Amino acid sequence: MKYIAEFRDGELARGLAKTIAATVNPTREYRLMEFCGGHTHAISRYGLQDLLPANVRLIHGPGCPVCVLPIGRIDSAIALATQHDVILCTYADTLRVPASGGLSLLKAKAQGADIRMVYSSADALRIAQDNPSRAVVFFAIGFETTTPPTAAIILQAQRLQLANFSVLCNHVLTPAAMVHIMESQQDPAAVAIDGFVGPAHVSTVIGSGQYEGFVARYQRPVVIAGFEPLDVMQAILMLIQQINTGRAEVENEFTRAVRRDGNRKAQGLCEQVFELRDRFDWRGLGEVPLSALKIRPEFAQFDAELRYQVGYAQVPDHKACECAAILRGHKRPADCKVFGTVCTPDHPLGACMVSSEGACAAHYTYGRFRGGG
Amino acid sequence: MCLAIPARVAELLDGDQARIELGGVHKVISIALVDEVAVGDYLIVHVGFAIGKLDPTEAEQTLALFAQMAQLDPANPVPYQ
Repeated sequence: MKYIAEFRDGELARGLAKTIAATVNPTREYRLMEFCGGHTHAISRYGLQDLLPANVRLIHGPGCPVCVLPIGRIDSAIALATQHDVILCTYADTLRVPASGGLSLLKAKAQGADIRMVYSSADALRIAQDNPSRAVVFFAIGFETTTPPTAAIILQAQRLQLANFSVLCNHVLTPAAMVHIMESQQDPAAVAIDGFVGPAHVSTVIGSGQYEGFVARYQRPVVIAGFEPLDVMQAILMLIQQINTGRAEVENEFTRAVRRDGNRKAQGLCEQVFELRDRFDWRGLGEVPLSALKIRPEFAQFDAELRYQVGYAQVPDHKACECAAILRGHKRPADCKVFGTVCTPDHPLGACMVSSEGACAAHYTYGRFRGGG
Repeated sequence: MCLAIPARVAELLDGDQARIELGGVHKVISIALVDEVAVGDYLIVHVGFAIGKLDPTEAEQTLALFAQMAQLDPANPVPYQ
């Protein structure tokens, strides 16, 4: 397939690996965080860690939208589906996330709630058009990639004057989470991350310019990378070169899709429909200021949170689950006592095991026989 | 969820939609989030919406860069420009 296969060339990958090995300074460590779950998945699937020198360590970041969604938000969606007789439309990724009381959206569906899996937010809108006598709610989650599609259907629902459609908005922001990781210690300079592999498709939407403030403030290089294995290898090489020369800049490896300004049209729609929340609870990170979006008052009739008075209660993670530390890059999947024993993709205890982009699921599926984490 | 992939536009349809083709699979998606789409363009598709266009020239240049970086003389690595 064009623009995919040629970015997965094994021989080139081994060549890049040689160049990386020749470029690293053997007397130091390179701790690189790949923020995005898409990269986590690619790194595990293609065994990229094994191509890298031992002193280059990849740290999985919190950029998996399902993994950072706190239990309480899933509880709110289940409450909506079970107490208000709505059709709840959700992306497949959230269905199996463990919620309170041993429930999940999938189990609530098995118990009779009308919960439907959709591929696209546009499918949720169609279900509302096809069922005029039923209230339909779209459970919107994800980073800046899934936000414009949600904005687009809210605007379309307004144009169509769809009275039976609303959205439970849980959209979150990448730069705010990156800042939070740096601010999680008293002294940001002491955070044990030397550089960031920046997300591919999030950056397609927001643009590479959005990281310039972060880089200037924290003096950590960010290299935006595509999701194919060669993209990731090249971005790692670029980060190592920046670190070696003491530079901290935003560089873009994914020039075939990312520009400095991003996708202005998509940004405009989001601006029209959403505004910043003061704070939002993330799994693993806790409350992060100015890190999520809510629907603007002009679109209140499409805001399920207002329409159904949806409350939110913070719920602690499973006691044995190390998802929180893993999402912050403090621990690796293999450091968790329940990893691969009690907690597997078939029976996940924590969110990192639910989504294929989660650090634990990726490691379980592709990496657990390598040793290390 | 974020593993969106580049897909080729096979046909433009009414209502800001397009039929895309990817390895023989066809799907109708929304092009409401991108401007000026033409048949033959490659789009990055995410949850049923195109969120960006793929620039073929840049893709070729990136592949050329990989080849160049992968063949560097390991004894004399050239700093990346």
